Amino acid sequence: MAADSKKVLYGLYNDEEDLKSAIGTARKSHLDIMDVLTPFPVHGLDPIMGLKESRLHYLGFIYGAIGATFGFGFMSWAVVSDWPILFGGKPYWPVPAYIPITFELTVLFAAWGMTLTFYTICGMWPGVQAKVLDNRITDDKFCIAFNVTESADSEVSALQAFFSKTGAAEVHVKTI
Amino acid sequence: MSQPVAPVRHILIEGNKSYHNITEDLCSPTEKAPSREWILAFIISAALLGLYVFAVCWTVWKGIGSWNLNRTINWGWDITNFVWWIGIGHAGTLISAILLLFRQRWRTGVNRAAEAMTIFAVICAGQFPIIHMGRVWLAFFIFPFPNTRGPLWANFNSPLLWDVFAISTYFSVSLLFWYTGLVPDLATVRDRASGFRRKMYDIFSFGWTGSAKHWQRWESLSLVLAGISTPLVLSVHTIVSFDFATSVIPGWHTTIFPPYFVAGAIFSGFAMVQTLMVITRKVLRLEEYITINHIESMNKVIVLTGTIVGVAYLTELFVAWYSGYIYEQFAFYNRVFGVYWWSYFGMMFCNVVSPQLFWSRKIRRSIWWTFFLSIIVNIGMWFERFVIIATTLARDYLPSSWSYYSPSWVEIALFAGTIGLFFVCYLIFTRVAPVVAIAEVKAILKVAGDQYIGPNAKAHGHHGGHKSAPVKEDKHED
Repeated sequence: MAADSKKVLYGLYNDEEDLKSAIGTARKSHLDIMDVLTPFPVHGLDPIMGLKESRLHYLGFIYGAIGATFGFGFMSWAVVSDWPILFGGKPYWPVPAYIPITFELTVLFAAWGMTLTFYTICGMWPGVQAKVLDNRITDDKFCIAFNVTESADSEVSALQAFFSKTGAAEVHVKTI
Repeated sequence: MSQPVAPVRHILIEGNKSYHNITEDLCSPTEKAPSREWILAFIISAALLGLYVFAVCWTVWKGIGSWNLNRTINWGWDITNFVWWIGIGHAGTLISAILLLFRQRWRTGVNRAAEAMTIFAVICAGQFPIIHMGRVWLAFFIFPFPNTRGPLWANFNSPLLWDVFAISTYFSVSLLFWYTGLVPDLATVRDRASGFRRKMYDIFSFGWTGSAKHWQRWESLSLVLAGISTPLVLSVHTIVSFDFATSVIPGWHTTIFPPYFVAGAIFSGFAMVQTLMVITRKVLRLEEYITINHIESMNKVIVLTGTIVGVAYLTELFVAWYSGYIYEQFAFYNRVFGVYWWSYFGMMFCNVVSPQLFWSRKIRRSIWWTFFLSIIVNIGMWFERFVIIATTLARDYLPSSWSYYSPSWVEIALFAGTIGLFFVCYLIFTRVAPVVAIAEVKAILKVAGDQYIGPNAKAHGHHGGHKSAPVKEDKHED
């Protein structure tokens, strides 16, 4: 067993509306939710869980700006400073002709930068072994998980009471 | 309780599915042994792909002289095929990106397959600019890289170089967008699998668990990728049209080309989506996900873009006449009544006349008509590119170099071969990944937020004969 393995108590709900009201209850009674796992993006979940908005799109803007600067700067450097060539009497620095490639590189950098950042901050990569609590979470079950590695028995039974009160269809303990 | 819900909201997924039904329906094609139709289609496609490989080897070994191009007509089937394939690719991005921005929720039924089509079509398109260079082993010269000749950089003023950047960016961004959308669904397949299959899907699903924070980031990423793919897809065909429009050839040197090419691309792409969807939904039994309403919506896009394309054709003729410029006038006279008149009339009939049948609701909602007309439109759009390229070049400024061109067997084999390449990719895709976006379909299953799909749903009257009811009004009691 790996050193960072956790003992997880999790409950499965059958409908996202049950899940949402259960999360509301958990937050009201100050239960420390480890994670909420769903088969699809459930709308309205973030404010109930108190998740802050993702800042990924700001990074997308920064990556795009880097791409634009790099593309435009490189082309300008290549034809103005490194090897100036006169193409059919046109100006040495034909800025409008650089718009297409500058645009393409903006998109390319923004897309790749954001996607790679997304996988990195989510800890996802080819070959990463998914810590699957339950196979049905990617099918039709909505899961609330609590970390009970260091919890006292009384805390665990409080969580179990919470699950039965909020209508969880199943409650399990698993070490991942 | 009942809430005011707009009565125009119709159900998008038919058959009163539960979440589990969706998983079952959409994952099962990847889990069963391939059907006889699939095997037959794969054998035919693989044979065509073999023909393609042979024709490429022949071209590389013998040289471009094995094609029937000549000094006058130096672009023929090669660039026609390139523009045709790249145009087809555009519909996938339109469906997945532009319809996402417009919040068209019906797109979830078809976006996955359409995006896959985009990627495979761009792969096919990318073949032609490379093999038409002749010395394919020097194809890397198109990239600006530090070299021993100075370094001498590429010509950044050239639309052909812009195309290199546009197509490669388009391909890689489409691939990211598609694959990131696919990751949660691959995790669904993984969690149903065991043994070696599970190991494989474990690798390809990147360790996806479905955590709420991951979903939030995933949605943010999808939205931004859609936002930047939208101008990207418009830029790609605009730049393809610049390959022609920035030249000084009468008939090519027109400012109408960018919007006209983009409309034509969406037009042909939707036709190809229809061709594929009509077959896919039947063979994989996905009629409840890719419904007649989807087909009708796409047919509406076809009639709109087909009409835009028709207006563009007529505008070209008008502007040629109105310009008072004899070379321009001759170029268009020659297009209509010249040696290639048959391709012009073929184009007009297939692209402008035939889609008008979709004004009829009955034809729009008929599978057979849709399939038939989608093939006609694909043929018509191929003719359009042939008309633009070959007829224009065949009659240049110097009458002594006027020429005629018909393809050699190598060029025909290359075109037929890319169709094989396309279908080999598509058929493999239908076997290894869910062709409908599972997670996205689940997210739109409920037409109203207060609808309940739990174990007690039956008691709440949600699973019994609600096929046509657009709104479910009752809410479960907590």
